[in-house]
Formats: sequence, C-alpha cells, structure tokens
Amino acid sequence: MAAPRVPLHLMAPVWNRDTRGIHGLSKAVAPEGSRRKGRSLLQFLADHFYDVQALREYLLRKQVLKVHQKNRPFTHIKERFGPHAAGAYFILKQGGAVKFQGKEWIRPNTRGRFSLDFLTFPEVPVEAVDASGSAINYHGLDNLLALKELQSLWLRRCPHVDDWCLSRLHPLANSLQELSLAGCPRISERGLACLHHLQNLRRLDISDLPAVSNPGLTQILVEEMLPNCEVLGADWTQGLGLGPEEQSQDAASPIPA
Amino acid sequence: MLRRSLQLALGRDVLGRGLGTHRGGSTLDWNGKMSEIKKKIQSVLPGGAWTQLHDTSYLPPEHSDVVIVGGGVMGLSVAYWLKRLERPRGAIRVLVVERDHTYSQASTVLSVGGIRQQFSVPENIQLSLFSIDFLRNINEYLAVVDDPPLDIQFNPSGYLLLASEKGAAVLESNVRVQRQEGAKVCLMSPEQLRNKFPWINPEGVALASYGMEHEGWFDPWSLLQGLRRKVQSMGVLFCQGEVTRFVSSSSHAETPSGEEVTLKRVHEVHVKIDHSLEYQPVECAIVINAAGAWSGQIAELAGVGKGPPGTLQGTKLPVEPRKRYVYLWNCPQGPGLETPFVIDASGAYFRREGLGNNYLGGCSPTEEEEPDPENLEVDHEFFQDKVWPPLAQRVPAFESLKVRSAWAGYYDYNTFDQNGVVGPHPLVVNMYFATGFSGHGLQQAPAVGRAVAEMVLHGNFQTINLSPFLFNRFHLGEKVHEHNII
Repeated sequence: MAAPRVPLHLMAPVWNRDTRGIHGLSKAVAPEGSRRKGRSLLQFLADHFYDVQALREYLLRKQVLKVHQKNRPFTHIKERFGPHAAGAYFILKQGGAVKFQGKEWIRPNTRGRFSLDFLTFPEVPVEAVDASGSAINYHGLDNLLALKELQSLWLRRCPHVDDWCLSRLHPLANSLQELSLAGCPRISERGLACLHHLQNLRRLDISDLPAVSNPGLTQILVEEMLPNCEVLGADWTQGLGLGPEEQSQDAASPIPA
Repeated sequence: MLRRSLQLALGRDVLGRGLGTHRGGSTLDWNGKMSEIKKKIQSVLPGGAWTQLHDTSYLPPEHSDVVIVGGGVMGLSVAYWLKRLERPRGAIRVLVVERDHTYSQASTVLSVGGIRQQFSVPENIQLSLFSIDFLRNINEYLAVVDDPPLDIQFNPSGYLLLASEKGAAVLESNVRVQRQEGAKVCLMSPEQLRNKFPWINPEGVALASYGMEHEGWFDPWSLLQGLRRKVQSMGVLFCQGEVTRFVSSSSHAETPSGEEVTLKRVHEVHVKIDHSLEYQPVECAIVINAAGAWSGQIAELAGVGKGPPGTLQGTKLPVEPRKRYVYLWNCPQGPGLETPFVIDASGAYFRREGLGNNYLGGCSPTEEEEPDPENLEVDHEFFQDKVWPPLAQRVPAFESLKVRSAWAGYYDYNTFDQNGVVGPHPLVVNMYFATGFSGHGLQQAPAVGRAVAEMVLHGNFQTINLSPFLFNRFHLGEKVHEHNII
C-alpha cells in the first residue's frame, strides 16, 4: 500500500496486528523490514531526548498545518463575486484548471500566475474542474461543493483525497457526470461505496488505486451499484491466475520467423 | 588496680579470661554468629547468591495522581485527554489498570463498530459529532513520530433507520433535533426508499431517516491500538491487574437543609496481580471508573450505594452487564456495495462487512428474554427466532443465507435510562464515572474522554455540557430517555 510521501520517515500504513497485549505493543510498532538498520541521527536523538522529540512533533504538526493553509476558504471572494468565482479561484490557486460554461480552460502558467478575467463574469457557472495533483483535502472541498452545475471533476493523483472526501460529494449528484479518481493513494473501496448518490454519473475512472484491496471485484461491485455509468478501472481479470489454455499457448507460441 | 585496668584494656576480664568466654562454652555463641556474618558478607559481595533488587516491573507504581480502572476505549480516551489538556506538560501521573490484556471480554473489541448521529438527545448528537471529527482527523490527534499512520477502515456508508406508523412522528421530531445540531440526515418516504435501495421491501415502513455524511462503521481494534500507542508515548503507565479494594476516609458534612451526609475520599487502590495473592496499594488522588460492564462492581467496592434505599447514599450505580449477540452471515444475492447500516423498525439491524457479500447483524432482546450474562456463549436459536424473520421480511434476498460465525459481547447497560453516566459522584468525591453507555459507548468515547478530563482538570464541562448525564439524576429520578437505542 502506498502512503503519501511525507518526510520524517512516516512509513506505509501496514499495521502489524499479530502482537496483542501490553508487553507486546512496543514490538508492534512497525514491520521489522521497514526499520532501517542505520537510523538517522535525528531519530536516535529523538528516542533519547524529550526536547528533540518535541521538536520533531512540532515539525510534523507544521506539515499538517501547511496542507490546511492551502485549503482555507476564500470567503471574501465568495461574498463579493459568488460561489463559482470563489471555487474557480481556489482551484487555480492550488495549481488546477477550471473551465467555465461556454469558455476555454483557464490554467495557471508555470509560475503559478493566472488571469483574473473570470471575476468579470460571476454569473457563469463552472462546468469542469481539473484538480489533479493538487493538495485539496476534506476542508478544501467546501469550495467545490458550492458549484451546483459542475459536470466534470478530475481528482487524479491527489495525495489528500480519501474516503471521507468521497462521502462529501453527494450535493453534486444532480449535475456531476464525469468523475476521475485515478491514482489517489488514500481512496479505498469503502469510499467508493458512497458514490452511489451520484446517479447522473456517466463516466467514472477508478484505475490505479493502490489502497483498494481487490480491484477486479471492486470494479464489478461499483458497476452493479451505478448501472448507468461507464466505469474505467481495473480489468475484471486482474488478480485472477492464468488459466491452463493461456499457459500452454505461451509455451507453444511459434518462433517468429 | 592498675593490673585490673590493664587486663580490661587488653580484652580480658577481672579473672584473666577473654571477654565473652565462659568455662564450658559461650552462651552468646560468638563463633556461630561470626560464621553467619561471614556467610552474609560473602553472599552480598559479587558472586554471591543474594540479589538486592527484584524485578517488580509487573507491579503498578506506589503513587499515581489518577488511576483509571478499565483499559478499554473509554479509559484510554480519558487518559489521552488528561495528558493532552494537562498544564504544564508532564504534571499528572496517570495509571491505567486493565484486568485482561488480551481484551477477550471487552465491549470495545466485540462491538459492531458503528457511529451515528441519529439520536434523540441533543447531547448524544453533539458527542457523536465530535467523535466523528476526531476519527476523521485521527492521524493528527494520535500521531506518533516515526510510526505508521493509523487506518481505522472507516466505511462512510451512513445509517438507515426505518420506522413504522407508530414511530413515524417520533422519527420526524428526532430528525429535526438532529439537523438543528448539525447532523446531515434526510427523511425518505417508502417510494424514495424503493428507488434508492431496490433490495428493500418497504412494506410496513412509514418513514425512514438516512444519514448522508459522518455516519458509518469502523474497526474498533485499530482505534484501541492507536490510542494505546499514543497514550504510551505520552507517558501513561499501564498495569495488568484487578482492582480489589479501595481504602477511603470519611468525613461528615451538613447540607444547607441541616441533613448530615458522609463524604468519602478514596486514598488507595489495591491492585491485585493475576494468578497471585500479591497486591500493590496505589496511593491516588482521583479514581476514574471506566470499567464498562463491570462498573457496578467497582462502584460497590468504593462504597457507592451503601445506605438506606431511597437516599443519595443508598443509590447504587445502575450499570450491569447485558449480553448481546452478533451474527455474521453470507448471502450471495444480498444487497450491494451501497448498503448502509440498516436498523429495522422491529429493532433488528445489519450492515455489510467487506466485499464478499458478508453481513453482520443482530437484535436486542426484550426485557423478558434477556440472556444470562454469566458467560459469552452464543445462542443460535436466537438468530433463527428473533433476528432472521424480521430481516428476511425487510430484505427478501435474506431468505436464503448461511451463518458463518457469531459472537457475543457485553453492553454496559444503564438500567435507569440507557444513557451514559459521566462526572463525579456527589458523595465519593474523587471518583469520576465514564460508563453506562448501553451500546453506544464506542462512538462517543473520544468526546466523553474529553468531557471527563475537563471535569477533572477544570471542575466543569467546557466544550459539551453533559450535566444531564451526572450521577445525581439517579437519586432525583430525572430520566434522560434516549429513543434510538438498538
């Protein structure tokens, strides 16, 4: 399972459940293989000094605060220009792209600057949002949920989008037709279960989700859950072993001339 | 005279014999004593057999500021919040005493793991809302540097409560209260129910309430281990033992109306070690009763309820263990991935478990059919008679199912009004309760832990006002009745 890339050596979320009880707990902290033999000086100092441990905890909290800061709501823009402009500004600030109804895609350039022309037409609704790779999380979705006529939402490779975020998407059920969640490391099949509210969905992309335990089976269950939707994801044969016919075919394949 | 004094100085007495010797042997037996002294010196020196220091790591410390009786999710939550809210850091020594370190009978791990805001009492809704916030940000609250992030496997699928004609009005008023508090719940009619969930048979259902967000189920064992790990890193001490005695002192006081009351204060907690007669008296300032199904016994040990019935002294803690069964079955044609936690009007409930068409469910028995809480044996007849028929009527696909396994667990059942008891006892002044939640303790544990910690550290509730849940209500007879208990 892939964990979000966070320095301070937070490891993949494999929780060792074998040891139970008080005295075994200290051994149940992490799988043995992932503890590197040469632990860094900082880790060694943190184990032995309270001050260093407090410093590391402070650095960890600062990282979390950084993500929260990126997802703050832009209330002054919302009050002045309306929810569509506020949502668009939020997405553009994160590095994503926005498409208004009847207009072209607006993207920030390589330096992160974008044109503020969309503030001149606050009535035009946002049609499509591409927030791929951005740091959007549960709180940042506040800005998106106000976009009542959103038709297409791409959240590819977002490291902080998880099952809780998917449970929040139900207000967009009337308009959302396309949703892409490919490559998000924190989404599992439990979050995909809440997508059944989105009855107008026509295209759903759930490929390459590392936290889903059984991609083939999940694909089938999601297809059953949303009968009108085209679900792109794992092939249902993924995870099944090779059958005997395919194996003998490989062995008997003709040598290319 | 000079000769006498010389003899004494040289260690001989008046008659010229050595001091301490008598004709025919010495009664003081210096030789024997010298050999004993020599043996002791030899054993103390390196290489000898005597060890001065014995390993007492299994015993709890002799002094502790707070002793928490019970190491389940409630006790650990109180420990976490005490350590988090204490000022300055490291001011309070907290000891958690847990009788069974495998948690084989603990209600926490045997629970179905659901969390919902669909209650009728506003305080319950607020507790649940804070707890779901805690669970969502669990990696910020319980983060330990260098340890993997916690995954409680939360399924945000929501709860679906079905009501018949009789209960429809109550359901509607409950939903109004819930929405006022901030829960995201919507009402559905039978037609909407059939459209949304085609596998339901809405016959007999007048109204349904569906929680869209902040409701679902999770893995209680991961929450427990996450709390344990964090709480240990914050410096809370653990002990495996059983509390057998409280040593307390009494003093007399007079109420404004002139009545004499006896105030008690617990000074020592005797913790007995497993499989041994050894016990350790732990001197403490505050005791927190978070013993779950056995809280009533702990309260009796402290002297709660020893007095003439009808008075405050004679009011016992009305928490007793009640056995509840949970069954796991497999139904290949059953409801799909979108299945919420369904609670039928008859009281039977079920939820999906995993991806393989497995379902967990059960039903609370009526008062007359309460099983004997002596052990945790499962009664499979109960499933055939009381759980399967209402579920099969509600979900026709459940006509054919196969029970895979079953287990039983205890509710710390509050016989008075099925809601928790939180806060200090009016007479045993340093005993605080955090128990009696009758089946919804797991989902309220983070918030209750914070409330008890605030009560201990500040003397009042600061974030959520739980004064309706104080112990006094048992004596005054004020029931806080919760309609939505499953």
